[in-house]
Amino acid sequence: MTETQPAADTAAATAPATRRALLEARDLRVEFPSRGRRARAVDGVNLAVGEGEIVALVGESGCGKTTLARTLLGLERPTSGEVRYDGAVLDHGSKALKAYRREVQLVLQDPTGSLNPRHTVYEAVAEGPRIHGLAGEREIVAEALARAGLRPPERFFLRYPHELSGGQRQRVVIAGALALNPKVLIADEPVASLDASVRGEILALMLKLRQDLGLSALVVTHDLGLAWNIADRVAVMYLGRIVESGPVEQVLTAPRHPYTQALMSVLPESPERVVLTGEPPDPTRIPGGCRFHARCQVLASGRAAEAGVDARCRSELLDVLPATPEAHVACHWARAVEPAPEGAGA
Amino acid sequence: MSLLELDDVSITYRIASGDVPAVRGVSLSLDAGAALGVAGESGSGKSTLAMALLRLLPRDARVGGRILLDGEDVLAMKWGRLRAVRWAEASIVFQGAQHGLNPVRRIGEQIAEPLLVHDLAKPDGARKRVAELLEQVGLPAWRARSYPHELSGGQRQRVMIAMALACSPRLIVADEPTTALDVMVQAQVLALIKDLVAERGISLIMISHDLSVLADVCDRLAVMYAGRVVEHGPSHEVFRDARHPYSSALAAAFPTVGDPVSRMAPKGLGGDPPDPMALPTGCSFHPRCPVALDECSSLDVELWPAGERRAAACVHVRAKEETP
Repeated sequence: MTETQPAADTAAATAPATRRALLEARDLRVEFPSRGRRARAVDGVNLAVGEGEIVALVGESGCGKTTLARTLLGLERPTSGEVRYDGAVLDHGSKALKAYRREVQLVLQDPTGSLNPRHTVYEAVAEGPRIHGLAGEREIVAEALARAGLRPPERFFLRYPHELSGGQRQRVVIAGALALNPKVLIADEPVASLDASVRGEILALMLKLRQDLGLSALVVTHDLGLAWNIADRVAVMYLGRIVESGPVEQVLTAPRHPYTQALMSVLPESPERVVLTGEPPDPTRIPGGCRFHARCQVLASGRAAEAGVDARCRSELLDVLPATPEAHVACHWARAVEPAPEGAGA
Repeated sequence: MSLLELDDVSITYRIASGDVPAVRGVSLSLDAGAALGVAGESGSGKSTLAMALLRLLPRDARVGGRILLDGEDVLAMKWGRLRAVRWAEASIVFQGAQHGLNPVRRIGEQIAEPLLVHDLAKPDGARKRVAELLEQVGLPAWRARSYPHELSGGQRQRVMIAMALACSPRLIVADEPTTALDVMVQAQVLALIKDLVAERGISLIMISHDLSVLADVCDRLAVMYAGRVVEHGPSHEVFRDARHPYSSALAAAFPTVGDPVSRMAPKGLGGDPPDPMALPTGCSFHPRCPVALDECSSLDVELWPAGERRAAACVHVRAKEETP
């Protein structure tokens, strides 16, 4: 049904540093005015997506992951810091942005909402090539549809979105992105609105596109299973910052940050649950010290005090994690109880 | 004795272009205090079935068979009796808490409404009860004065659950109660639902496309495909060791993080759920089935015993159980 890559495990875990960074955020901050205050939606982020790499950006709603993705696409301007593509700082001039968007394409969550119900599949996929004045439109559309798994493509040209299933609609959206022959896809919850049995097929398609075309992808999601299914690296975001990042095998089998541990613990079949109370705090009032300390189960249970870091948790800011591929964690406690191997697993 | 019994329930929508068989002969039962999960994808008929339990379907739906709530046939109830049963004996929590609440009325008024309508409380008593209910679902009592837009998605879903609890029903039907919620908030709401079932003896029917969530909350699972139950049995057995190939596919759709088998290998089913107006011949799953035999295109297998309190509608199950 789907391709398997048995050897990928060890390769990704041991040699993560070989990919050249294609899309990068450097000390990125994005703020919005919000009821007379400043919402620090993205509050200092370093992130890199390498050539041919799939990175999952994981977090709950309100953590800033969608703002970060929009800023990487040039849809928001950073308050400070920069977005870099292929080594150069992103130019927000309209001409430069137009060229940039051929390279970096967005795939939205809800295919029903992102397709115009009165446009045929052909029109939907041809829109990008037309805007960019590409020659050979019909061939481009046919190839993009075929690449997205809608075969034979001619059969889909004249169909309308309502005549397609949810999975087929998501394939049309992906074909629309592929029509411009991009290098990077930024996908915001690409399978969240799809039926369970179709979900795997769309994820398998993303892996296949990486394999066939060398596409890179940043997948924004709250779904850790998705990260496990397709991503090389994962970055966990909480309240505007990346609090843990690294190779998927490492981060998701031995999470070090208490927040990542809590997210993992509420997955079905997890032996012991840490259900955090409340909801993520407001980005207009980011707590001092570690931004997670008010909800942190390790601090609340006294384990941080045992390690002698509880005062620092409450008062000492953490640095912005680097974008390098190896594992990083922004947590006083995790850093204190290491370097004992797997020390954070408890 | 079972609190709810579905006996050969069929539901057909009559629309201009013909009849749409949404549910085709479903029999299920739910014991008092037990939790049953109904799994399936869009178009499987699971939500139609849930709506039918309280006769909430639109006029163009024809319902056949029997739906016995505490021995009384819901389909035969007079209007007045049905009104009394809704909320007071059985209530529904819908998906998408955004649309279930009136945006221009305060939370407290909305929770109190069923109490007042059913003459279960006077305004003063209702206010006290609302505070109690909010506390039960983990919200502070002052939230009664809030409007829906002042709450987060998780809080709104808690309000929906408080409403469903208002008249102390014996059965709650929850249709995708956590679908639009974040993982952590989903965990909070699921923990709340589990507590209600365990501590207050409320029976639960929970509907979802996520088998892992259902297995977590419910004792038993029924998996629906194209309007039929294709497998049912104890939750963990169905989830971990499904006997119907469709149930296996659903279970594999949400991988276990850490399991090397699913690493870089998302599992899916080819094709799409069938159009109920043009169901495939034979077993309606056969065009998507990875283990279909030639005979599956003509032979429609009924539910077949597949172990202790288990059944599955698959030719492979039948073959295995027939040969000793």
